[in-house]
Amino acid sequence: MNRLRLWLLAVGGAGLAVLLVAACLDLPDFGGDRHPYGDRAVHASLLRHTANTVASVNFDQRAYDTLGEMSILFAAVLGCVVLLRQARDEHRAPPEPAEVARPVRRYALLVLPVALVTGLYVIAHGQLSPGGGFQGGVVAATALHLLYLGADYGALERVRPLGLYETTDALAVSAYLVLGLAPVLAGTAFLANTLLPYGTFDTLSSGGTVPLLNAAIGMEVASAAVVLLAHFLDQAVEIEEEHGS
Amino acid sequence: MHVLPYLVAAYLFLTGCYGLATSRNLIHAVGCLAVCQSATYVLLLAVGYRDGGTAPVFSDIRPGSRPVVDPVVQALTLTDIVVGATVTALLLALVLQIAKRHGTVDPDELRELRG
Repeated sequence: MNRLRLWLLAVGGAGLAVLLVAACLDLPDFGGDRHPYGDRAVHASLLRHTANTVASVNFDQRAYDTLGEMSILFAAVLGCVVLLRQARDEHRAPPEPAEVARPVRRYALLVLPVALVTGLYVIAHGQLSPGGGFQGGVVAATALHLLYLGADYGALERVRPLGLYETTDALAVSAYLVLGLAPVLAGTAFLANTLLPYGTFDTLSSGGTVPLLNAAIGMEVASAAVVLLAHFLDQAVEIEEEHGS
Repeated sequence: MHVLPYLVAAYLFLTGCYGLATSRNLIHAVGCLAVCQSATYVLLLAVGYRDGGTAPVFSDIRPGSRPVVDPVVQALTLTDIVVGATVTALLLALVLQIAKRHGTVDPDELRELRG
């Protein structure tokens, strides 16, 4: 059985490898100068005063696509919350306060505010410098969890009222939708970046609706990551199986 | 070597597939899936590279002064990473439930349990 499986894998893998290498040899040369879509994306981004072209692609030219991406994230968090709920044969035990080595505690509490501010900075400057809502959201959410490393789980739970983050997650998704619908009411297309002035190039308020959509995504990703990690941590730290059942 | 980055992507993908097929642990399998997916990051970024290009961000370079790499594939890679992370989270949650209900994370034993 196992040998058969390995043989099948070897034959299939070799065939796929040959096809992939043949395809690679036929691709345009690496580092080539012809990028028609890239050139047009850069042109469109500069027309709308967005310094970070990647943000312009994500939140202006392909904003509809980002809506789908955000929905995937939202649905996945929902799925995880359902999968990782407390089952009938389990109970919650408050975790014991644990000893933390002093250097770890000091370092974690020192880095926490720095990491949090860095995350918020990366979100806020999404349309100007590399980064944006997705990246900054993850940084901000994980920064909170330094409290778990530096203190203990109880301390993390006190700064992390889960209901609030779940509501924020849903609100951020709705905010993105409302920002998408506003141009429809104004007579243009869904998620079209036509409502707001494009502002001065390379300033915080440049890019029309790009900074707003970026902020909505930042909020969504940060709260989604917090909710997701909370449920995994609950499983590891708090939820236990009933004994003797 | 103008095809090397593409070949690296193919190699990563095949390595991930091998790991997936021979995996004895579901958590390991989820990791292998992430390796497969990282092949797509390498491929996308390799397709978008331009010789001597820099990041397509114009906050510190004058537009047109330097060639920039393709921003479209970079945005696609970002989408790819986000989807990859959510899929990983969902799969790990499923593995956790399987471990609880069946007491094992070996895919072969699971098949025997299910008959």
